[in-house]
Amino acid sequence: MSAVAILNARLLDPATDYAGPGALLIEDGRILEVVRGAATQVPAGIEVVDAGGKCLAPGLIDIRVKTGEPGAEPKETLKSASLSAAAGGVSTIVIQPDTDPAVDDPAMVDFIQRRGVALNLVNVFAAGAATKNRDGQRMAEIGLMDEAGALYFTDGDKVIANSRTLQRVMSYAAAFNALIACRPADPWLTEGAVATSGELATRLGLSGAPAIAERIQLERDLALVEQTGARFLVDQISTAGALETLARARAKGLEVAASVSINHLCFNEIDIGDYRTFYRLDPPLRPESDRQALIEAVRDGLIDVITSAHAPAPAEDKRRPFGEAAPGAVGLETLLSAALMLHHEDGLELLDVLRPLTHGPASLLGLESGVLAKGAPADLVLFDLNAPVVVDAAKLKSKSKNSPFDGRMLQGKVLGTWVGGRRVF
Amino acid sequence: MTDSATVTDLISERLIPFPSPHFLSAGDLNPPAALGLLDLADAFVDFNRQSAKSLDLMHGRTVVNIFFENSTRTSSSFEIAAKRLGADVVTMPVSASSVAKGETLIDTAVTLNAMKPDILVIRHASSGAAALLSQKVGCAVVNAGDGRHEHPTQALLDLLSLRRAFGDVGGLTIAICGDIAHSRVARSNVILLSMMGARVRLIGPPTLVPGDADRWGCEVFHDMREGLQGCDVVMMLRLQLERMEGALVPSTREYFRFWGLDREKLAWALPHARVMHPGPMNRGVEIDSDVADDLSVSLIQDQVEMGVAARMAILASLANLRGAAR
Repeated sequence: MSAVAILNARLLDPATDYAGPGALLIEDGRILEVVRGAATQVPAGIEVVDAGGKCLAPGLIDIRVKTGEPGAEPKETLKSASLSAAAGGVSTIVIQPDTDPAVDDPAMVDFIQRRGVALNLVNVFAAGAATKNRDGQRMAEIGLMDEAGALYFTDGDKVIANSRTLQRVMSYAAAFNALIACRPADPWLTEGAVATSGELATRLGLSGAPAIAERIQLERDLALVEQTGARFLVDQISTAGALETLARARAKGLEVAASVSINHLCFNEIDIGDYRTFYRLDPPLRPESDRQALIEAVRDGLIDVITSAHAPAPAEDKRRPFGEAAPGAVGLETLLSAALMLHHEDGLELLDVLRPLTHGPASLLGLESGVLAKGAPADLVLFDLNAPVVVDAAKLKSKSKNSPFDGRMLQGKVLGTWVGGRRVF
Repeated sequence: MTDSATVTDLISERLIPFPSPHFLSAGDLNPPAALGLLDLADAFVDFNRQSAKSLDLMHGRTVVNIFFENSTRTSSSFEIAAKRLGADVVTMPVSASSVAKGETLIDTAVTLNAMKPDILVIRHASSGAAALLSQKVGCAVVNAGDGRHEHPTQALLDLLSLRRAFGDVGGLTIAICGDIAHSRVARSNVILLSMMGARVRLIGPPTLVPGDADRWGCEVFHDMREGLQGCDVVMMLRLQLERMEGALVPSTREYFRFWGLDREKLAWALPHARVMHPGPMNRGVEIDSDVADDLSVSLIQDQVEMGVAARMAILASLANLRGAAR
């Protein structure tokens, strides 16, 4: 493979805390050299990309992506998801196991990853189900799926309500040092809920679940982590109360990571407004005080990973009354632009915004990418920090257009995406 | 009784354009518009008591009743109201047909819209369904109950019943009792009765009153004795057994013991207090037949009669608004 030099860039590398001028030399899909400071002399015969002073960062790693493939391809295929990812500066995606059939055996993990390789766009990995067919009762083949390349294990949006099952899953996974991820949501308190309990939900007549449902379940999950010694990811934390629980667990020395969806960092429950189903999310949108707490948790490192929570839903599933609409939103293509609003509007340092999108997930999942370092995969994103972008859902590359950012102006535009040294956008 | 010609003249004089293109929430009204609708409805009450009950105010207009939830009472009330105004009325049995085949609400709306109705009256089990429909059709939409959100025509007919019983609702203390959490009637009545100057109290067990109901501008009570003291009106709500996701009250007999309205509890309100219920009633659960059937205290039959007149006022005003816009 030929070599490429990206010169005249503003390097942003959360892994090494470097933010400043520099250049990258890429060869055979990997970073051959990182030059900090003024531009370097480039050997003859190398393709040169002039970054024009724009930002160059590790490609984004999105660990929570739903597709329809296999089983519901009209929603989203691995190809359309990969194209969306490339257009959004996301170089690695991890597919959720809630397909049909579910990703609960090594053959399914193998299928997803082979398909990703054949598409030759972005890196595609699978998360395996923690229980067979995500039924919350029978443990799935965690060891074999781990061997086949599954990056972590989760039942996705389904909560493993049976504490004995989760205890066994955690104990068993510890033998493989496998990461288990769980949604913190008490299934009884959240049953049938489409909003967060409170004045807004009662005024709109929507069934709500109390925010405490998240903390209650997290307390249980963390008690089991403490007992079993499992590696654990709190998947989609969304309330201030649960953040306090998480902080206490960290202080006790538990190895617990946490992720948050970009939607819960950008929107609050008021956005539901006039029953707009693009804001029908799971977990539901929370009050502004929770959103602010989540932003602070990203700033101080309590939250390790920001995800797009990409959940495609076609028009027929969204064009329904609020309570009947499918939950979730697409987000791969808008992930970086939306996250940069945390810098522009909420005052987060650029590296603090990028860390949970790159180095955070890479170190959690043991990936080589997510860093601008000699020998690392040349997975990169080039973006204009200040360029305005008006999101037009109809033009998104995802097969489903359910974007809550539709019509919004964001600030920060993806200019190019490289995966393994090859430009894919 | 006023003679026939005078009633028709009165109706014409009092006809007002509806203040909003749709009637989705009690909040679509303002006090002058509500009073205008009540005056018009009063004229319709007189008209409805005549032997000949046919007008041509909506001649040539088409009203479609689309009820995704069963409701004989409200559906019939709207149908009679529209027919007495001279409209062509179609009542769609949707639960049995297209929806069962997987058609979405919006598909249904688009299909109906293509048939060019003037007014769609919708009831649906989901909150916000009427608002969603209103965005997809070119005609006026009347919310006949959406989930646990609102039932604004019920609020207007309750207001009409109260005004006829008390003269003015301003200054009345009205207790809404029972299953507040699941009640669209309560939500619409809180908005409209407060807007018209009444003091509204909410009474029910803590599991059936939303935790933030005190922010609705109402006093909240969990004890009937405390809550009913000084009340002019006791509005009982149907215990929505079908909407309850779990055991929100231990049993209906315990519920009746503490929150069901009987003579003994009614005595805690003011001596002249009147009783209301949006129907259908669970007798012996939220209300005792002894109270419900006593015409000296119960306004329940009046509410049914006022329902037709109030809905005639709403439909005629909406048609009048759309006529003015043409």
